[in-house]
Amino acid sequence: MMTMLGGEPFLLVSKQEQQNYPLYIRSVPSDSELKFHYTVHTSLDVVEEKVSAVGKVIVDQRELYLGLLYPTEDYKVYGYVTNSKVKFVIVVDSSNTSLRDNEIRSMFRKLHNSFTDVMCNPFYNPGDPIQSKVFDSMVSSMMVQTC
Amino acid sequence: METLTLSDVEQKYYSDLFVYCDTDNTKKVASNGRVREIFRAAQLPAEVILQITELCGATRLGHFGRSQFYIALKLIAVAQSGLPLRVESLNTVKDLPLPRFTVGKNEQEARHAAVYSDSENQGPYSGVIPRPPGRGHVKKPPPLDTVQPCVPTADAQPDTTSPVVSPSQSPPTSPHSWRKHKRQASGGNSERPPVVAGAVWTPFGETQSAPVSGDGMWSPPVQESWVSFTDTPPASTIPTMHPSSIQESTTIRTVASATTANEIQRQSSNYDDPWKITEEQRQYYINQFKTIQPDLNGLIPGSAAKEFFTKSKLPILELSHIWELSDFDKDGALTLDEFCAAFHLVVARKNGYDLPEKLPESLMPKLIDLDDSAEVPDQVTSNKSPSMPSLNQTWPELNQSNEQWETFSERSSSSQTLTQFDSNIAPADPDTAIVHPVPIRMTPSKIHMQEMELKRTGSDHTHPTSPLMVKPPELSEDNKLPASIKFVAGNTVGDGYSSSDSFTSDQEPISGVVTRQRSHSGTSPEGLKAVAPAPPPPPPRPQASHSRSSSLDMNRSFAAVPAGQQQPGVVAYAPAVPPRPQPAQASGSHGHRSTDGDALGPHASTSPQKIPEQPNFADFSHFQAFASEQPPDDADKHGEVPQVAEKASDPTCSLRTPKVDPQSEERTPATVNSTKGATPLAPPPKKPIRRRLKSEDELRPDVEEHTQKSSVGAGVLTTQLSIPRSVGKDKKAIQASIRRNKETNTVLARLNSELQQQLKDLLEERISLEVQLEQLRPFSHL
Repeated sequence: MMTMLGGEPFLLVSKQEQQNYPLYIRSVPSDSELKFHYTVHTSLDVVEEKVSAVGKVIVDQRELYLGLLYPTEDYKVYGYVTNSKVKFVIVVDSSNTSLRDNEIRSMFRKLHNSFTDVMCNPFYNPGDPIQSKVFDSMVSSMMVQTC
Repeated sequence: METLTLSDVEQKYYSDLFVYCDTDNTKKVASNGRVREIFRAAQLPAEVILQITELCGATRLGHFGRSQFYIALKLIAVAQSGLPLRVESLNTVKDLPLPRFTVGKNEQEARHAAVYSDSENQGPYSGVIPRPPGRGHVKKPPPLDTVQPCVPTADAQPDTTSPVVSPSQSPPTSPHSWRKHKRQASGGNSERPPVVAGAVWTPFGETQSAPVSGDGMWSPPVQESWVSFTDTPPASTIPTMHPSSIQESTTIRTVASATTANEIQRQSSNYDDPWKITEEQRQYYINQFKTIQPDLNGLIPGSAAKEFFTKSKLPILELSHIWELSDFDKDGALTLDEFCAAFHLVVARKNGYDLPEKLPESLMPKLIDLDDSAEVPDQVTSNKSPSMPSLNQTWPELNQSNEQWETFSERSSSSQTLTQFDSNIAPADPDTAIVHPVPIRMTPSKIHMQEMELKRTGSDHTHPTSPLMVKPPELSEDNKLPASIKFVAGNTVGDGYSSSDSFTSDQEPISGVVTRQRSHSGTSPEGLKAVAPAPPPPPPRPQASHSRSSSLDMNRSFAAVPAGQQQPGVVAYAPAVPPRPQPAQASGSHGHRSTDGDALGPHASTSPQKIPEQPNFADFSHFQAFASEQPPDDADKHGEVPQVAEKASDPTCSLRTPKVDPQSEERTPATVNSTKGATPLAPPPKKPIRRRLKSEDELRPDVEEHTQKSSVGAGVLTTQLSIPRSVGKDKKAIQASIRRNKETNTVLARLNSELQQQLKDLLEERISLEVQLEQLRPFSHL
């Protein structure tokens, strides 16, 4: 699962399948980073729930954009899952109202594309933490863009 | 001893080695100690070494003079390259690589190399030479780790030994020239991973001149030095030898020779592109590519590439990064260009160069199109030309590479095109978007509807066009229509609603209705017919195109009728209505049957009584009177008609007013039936009015004993339908249609009046309700 936390900050975590261990975490530094981490973990439950719920429906558009998982307090959590059960989670500060659903979708799309590129790298073993610089730069640019 | 012609590189190398061996600094190397070490490091069988020493004359002399030493080294090289040990081979072998020495001699070699590559920056290539050949990775330059250890040694002994000058064998050329020669040779030799050499030498920077470490001596010098081949045979031959000999960590020897040459060339030609792949490098890469993928246009799968590059012993992370940089099209496989780029990056990394964040320009696979491929060779040639004016030997190689590049780019471009998606979404068929090009009357109008009805009914006639023929059928039509309309109310309603977009669609159902009407109205026609003969033929009617409920329109129409200019009046009737099938009103008399206003025809089968009423059309009392004139029939008919009429009027109205809001259609019966405070009365009233009128018109023909009227009305319908079709209508037909129109007018007018009455009632109710509301409302807002 990959998650991006934001408040102002974003954090990106990637986890996978049953293990759900993070493949990638990124956040804009903030004092409550741990809270974001926790939020990401808890959002996994919501993601799982959504994934299982949608199971009966034909998987539309391949990747399921899960949308707003749940808005809590000051931030919103968005989820996205790929066919390979890799989950992306973005946490955004609610004050960041300029972020529309379309933008979130495009962010997830970019994330997925970059993730695919990382997967294409034969030197990358699925399940390893993502250390691709290209991926990092993409995430950074995205975070800068939205902050 | 025969003279020994050494390439620059060789000379340098040899001299270094000699210096190294000449620990005593006596210009004489005894066949002991280091010499032995070196010879052992050469990994040649003992007898070969013996043979070499014998050949070079050391045995004779008992020691290795400089020349002997050089000869020995050369022979070692010969032996290592598998050539027979011959004295003649010393000079005949053109593409002799530098003698290889195993690791054991690393430090020494490094030292020599340090000395060797003096100010030229080309680091001690020879230091690299002793690198263990064990690295499976062909092109991989000696790992940096091995270089590091060399550094201290190199530092420790920068110039420990002094060359021993052998008087017996003075070098054919002066050391200086040797050096040059060597350099040149090394330039030639340095095709192979020049980078490797350069980078390797950097650690020895201390001994060398400054430029070693800092600048990109690695590749730029290498590149350029490789490019600028000043030497001849050795240089030229070495490249060709590269591919074949490099298979197993052979970088070392060539690297060593290349260094000096690289240095020189770099100085000579300063290209700023540190990442450019030289011809030799590319050749090497290509050969490596072939080992994995024989097809140069093919792809190397990721797994194979991974194995290949893993041999370079670079950390996986860096290899991953290199992959990301080089896999340009992100397909998980490497094309030749990508492979070369990756290889080049690995070489660079192994030589200590940091990986770039982005793929350098020169490493970008030329995958745009053939034009680029054509450019690349040109660029390369141009790059090389200034620096190697004398390099003729490389041209053929260059040409080959050009072709290869071209092929690469073709292949690359093809691969690149793979990623380009043809997102040609077929534009929606414009035709499909258009429902109907048929001109449609935008505003509902009775005239229109009547016209449509006429058309529809007329279409059913056997001779729709002929007015004469229309007439008799018209009678029946009229009879049938009004009656049938009642019967077929339900169907037509639906049809009318569905075909709200175009009249044409309306026509079908209506015509169907008509047919049905015909079939249904079995009895009515007869009755009507019975009545028909009774009434005298109605005088020419004013044009029947008053589908509007507006009395003004009616007035106009009626006024126009006497003037016999129905057409203008008709036209004036429905200003908003686009001129419908311009019925060719060829004859003026036919004019009234014109396009727009004909809708009323079927309905406005004005009875004779109506005619006198025409001028007073607005006077609704006429209608009332008219209606009351036929109490018996009216009463009966009214009883049954209202419900049916409404329904009938609905479909007819809907038929005639394709644009009529279905809701209003529904509302009208509601409003008609109930006088409750229905708010949207405004629109409905019109329609119900029309319908009323229509129904009344329809009624009239039925009600009247004058079946003729009805027949006339029907005839009007038909005539109206047919009139638009045929220009030359008979006057009678026109008149009949006029009559019908008038009747329709009266009916509609009556309907209008009634609806307005309803409207008034409703408004009153509304007012009362509002008053109540006001009273009930709490006084707080006051």
